[in-house]
Amino acid sequence: MTVQEESPAPVLRVRDLVKEYGEGDARVRALRGVSLDVERGDYVAVMGASGSGKSTLMNILGCLDVPTSGTYLIDGADAGRLDEHQLAVLRNRRVGFVFQSFNLIPRMSALANVELPLVYGGIPQAARRERALAALEQVGLTDRVHHEPNQLSGGQQQRVAVARALVTAPALLLADEPTGNLDTASTGDVLEIMDRLSASGRTIVLITHEDDVAAHAKRVIRLVDGEVVEDRRQAPVDGPPPRLPQGEDAA
Amino acid sequence: MNRIEILRFALRGLLANKLRSALTTLGILIGVAAVIMLVAVGEGSSRSIQQNIQRLGANTLTISPSFSGGGGGGVRGPSGGGGNTGPRTQARQLSLADAKALTDRTLAPSVKSVSPIVNAPSATAAYGAASHTIAHFVGTYPSYFEAVNKPVSEGTYFFNDDVLAARKVVVLGRTVAGELFGDADPIGRRISVSGVPFTVVGVLKASGSTGMQDADDVAVAPLPAVQQSLSGFGPLGQIVVQATGAGTTTTAQAEVTAILNQRHGITNDNPDYRILNQATLQETVSEATGTFTVLLGAVAAISLLVGGIGITNIMLVTVTERTREIGIRKAIGAPRSAILGQFLMEATLLSLVGGLSGVLVAFVGTRFSVAGIEPVLVPSSVVLALGVSLAIGLFFGSYPANRAAKLRPIQALRDE
Repeated sequence: MTVQEESPAPVLRVRDLVKEYGEGDARVRALRGVSLDVERGDYVAVMGASGSGKSTLMNILGCLDVPTSGTYLIDGADAGRLDEHQLAVLRNRRVGFVFQSFNLIPRMSALANVELPLVYGGIPQAARRERALAALEQVGLTDRVHHEPNQLSGGQQQRVAVARALVTAPALLLADEPTGNLDTASTGDVLEIMDRLSASGRTIVLITHEDDVAAHAKRVIRLVDGEVVEDRRQAPVDGPPPRLPQGEDAA
Repeated sequence: MNRIEILRFALRGLLANKLRSALTTLGILIGVAAVIMLVAVGEGSSRSIQQNIQRLGANTLTISPSFSGGGGGGVRGPSGGGGNTGPRTQARQLSLADAKALTDRTLAPSVKSVSPIVNAPSATAAYGAASHTIAHFVGTYPSYFEAVNKPVSEGTYFFNDDVLAARKVVVLGRTVAGELFGDADPIGRRISVSGVPFTVVGVLKASGSTGMQDADDVAVAPLPAVQQSLSGFGPLGQIVVQATGAGTTTTAQAEVTAILNQRHGITNDNPDYRILNQATLQETVSEATGTFTVLLGAVAAISLLVGGIGITNIMLVTVTERTREIGIRKAIGAPRSAILGQFLMEATLLSLVGGLSGVLVAFVGTRFSVAGIEPVLVPSSVVLALGVSLAIGLFFGSYPANRAAKLRPIQALRDE
């Protein structure tokens, strides 16, 4: 698979994003005018200490939260102008979300969890099953499809969550500290999957506070107190991610 | 996202907490079963009362003396008689002549038969060593059997000849025959009633007990025989008049009233006798039992309502408990309608399953008689209870479901 050609509209375009919490004296400005573009095929790591606003940014990018002011275009669509139903469709089709705490639905098998976005997307059952199995294969969990989340290790659960985020073939994969709750070995597994996805042309935005994790990205953005203080490119947008394992160069 | 998927999610949600779902269902089950069964019991008791009334005799009027009527009963005017209201000095009792007058075909064309009745006080019947105090020892004419609907099961009735000859023959009720003869055949035996010998000619068919009274604790003998030996030739206890048909009871009542008013010299609205019309009695009683049934139904409906509130309660708990799950579902693109549908479906399933099993329980329950009453299933109550339980599911489920659907994904996800 080759890297897709750049389309005129970036996957993400964020302008002057401001998010405030609370009222009066208790008001906290989590984001103070963040502007950023993410090109198709890019692999961006957003770094920052806790309280720097990186999670807030992520929630807004994933359409889980609304900004106090500023505009946000995802795949050319203005998220601020969409109604609730359109937002649900957008979350379903354009964005795949991976959470720090996995957020799988308990008492549902890995397969059912991965199928869930397709159910809400209105995909027929046979096609759903096929795509879910393919996504689970991509994360290397073919032998665990009928296990429930509590029968899986943390790393395996996070891989199921990645498969769930991928299954709708979203334009953007958002990962909020995906390795935050994982041991070293599992962290390696998940990051390898991310690298491979990036190599196959998927656009990824990842939040982390670990330099090791950020080293995998093509571009690193550093947030401090709700503002972008550093925007560093580590590898070209249309090239492979810097830490891709040898011999798997998709370009 | 189609209906089948929503149904599957709802089922999965309910099965995740089986005990809780079962208990909530139980609330609705009890409510629905209570509504159907109590209405059935009400209907059954109303029917059994009506049957008992009918058993007393179809199309009959029972005339009995009334001591409060007229100027009778020793109530005299303060002026000592001759007052302008013209009180009579004495209320007249019912006599055999009154009964005979009622048989007049031209004055009372709607009257089919007239049976004068005397009651023997405390008649103790004895046969060999066995003895029994008969609750109702009745002296009357043969037409009585038809008028009050008392057929014989063994032997025969007595006939007009027996009445004319004042023969001492008797037809016993089932209870009396059982007490005196046990399993032996009583026909043709001689019993003594307060020392007077009577020959048993027949046994009445058992009619069952009517509430407090045993309708089979009776004995029926020819009128003159009872008068001669037991009650004396005093006034009649009652006169039973049978009308020619169901439609003529009211006409018959008017005719009887006219004849008796004339014979007793009654001009005002205060006669010295009472006429009990079976048809009016039936109407009154069915009105009363109707009210009773409504009352029972209302009590049961309250329990159905309580069951509905139970559904709201459980659904609210479920929504609170699964806030995070709702957040996840929303984050991966579940539209509001899907969340609303899922929780509404869960509530509806609870109430529907509860309602259906309630109907089932009620069907089984109404097969047993309750306190001697045979419950009668009323189809409309089944439909109503099921419909109401379904509506309760939708109505009481909509609040929690709405709350779930309205949750903002980020708030729901932060919930721990």
